[in-house]
Amino acid sequence: MFGRNKLFWQGARRGFISSLPFYIVMVPFGTLFGLLATEAGLNVLQVMGFSFAVLAGAAQITAVTLMEENAPTVIILATSLAVNLRMGMYSAALVPLIGKAKLWQRVLASYWIFDQSYAVTALEHNKNPNLSLDERLGVFFGVAIPVSSLWYLGTYLGAVVGNQIPSELGLEFAVPVTFLALVAPLLRSIPHLLAAFTSVLFTLLFADFPFSSGLLVAGVMALAVGYLSEVWLEKRRSKEAV
Amino acid sequence: MIHSDLYVWMIIAGLSLGSFAIRFSFLGLIGDRQLPKPVERALGYTSVAILPGIAMPMVLSSSSGELEPTRLIAACLTLLVGAWTRSLLYSLLAGILSYSLLMAVL
Repeated sequence: MFGRNKLFWQGARRGFISSLPFYIVMVPFGTLFGLLATEAGLNVLQVMGFSFAVLAGAAQITAVTLMEENAPTVIILATSLAVNLRMGMYSAALVPLIGKAKLWQRVLASYWIFDQSYAVTALEHNKNPNLSLDERLGVFFGVAIPVSSLWYLGTYLGAVVGNQIPSELGLEFAVPVTFLALVAPLLRSIPHLLAAFTSVLFTLLFADFPFSSGLLVAGVMALAVGYLSEVWLEKRRSKEAV
Repeated sequence: MIHSDLYVWMIIAGLSLGSFAIRFSFLGLIGDRQLPKPVERALGYTSVAILPGIAMPMVLSSSSGELEPTRLIAACLTLLVGAWTRSLLYSLLAGILSYSLLMAVL
């Protein structure tokens, strides 16, 4: 779809290689969803419909868990979409990175926004701020398309062969580790450290907020802390220079 | 439990439309218009503002309901190795290997 654009494919290779570590967890995580969804009474077509149309692990698991409890449609939609609101932050954060892409490219990219696709693109940009737009698009899709394919595959396996796959393979712990590994390379500046610390502290403090909104409130606070400490450090450095 | 087809597909349709709207919101509608500089700089912290907030509560809680020191140690190693090497792969390997090793030994 991006033809022979060399820079795009260079970026795609970069994104593909960076996201290889996630391959360990995507299939078992998908399997977990397939299994939970089947237990909640969904057939294979519905399970796959979920993964293709929604493409968001945590929100999908939230939805089928609530379906098993026979919750009303409105409650299920509100709760699961609230889990997905962080994708709005990724959408905003992608504007400086790939906002100049063509509309159809941005429509496609929007479908594929999830934690890994955003975070790897941001990480590659952080390591190498001179990447061109085509390279950044390449990185994004180079992560998003293969990783999501494994998610589809995993959910299919979970729905079809589900119970024969051991569900506990330390998977419960592998998910948070992948998230920590996505941010660890960024934790080399004081503003990044402070932002991460703010995120953890206030998410824990706000754990009881309704519709898991604590994560978002803490996230916005962390953005502010990161930005303000960056500005403060800059001012201090320029004073020292004088 | 068997749900009516309508119930299931309505939820799938609602979630997919809603999720797309959330994802398309800024990237689609703002596009190449310039965000205010402070907002753009603040958004540079999005990864560190969200992902640790998702991960750490998962590290600190476990199925047994008690804090598992092995998880905490493995999480710290993930962060330290990642910050030191700037490599996603080494960071993830440090976390998973140290966790497996600690679980095997303890």
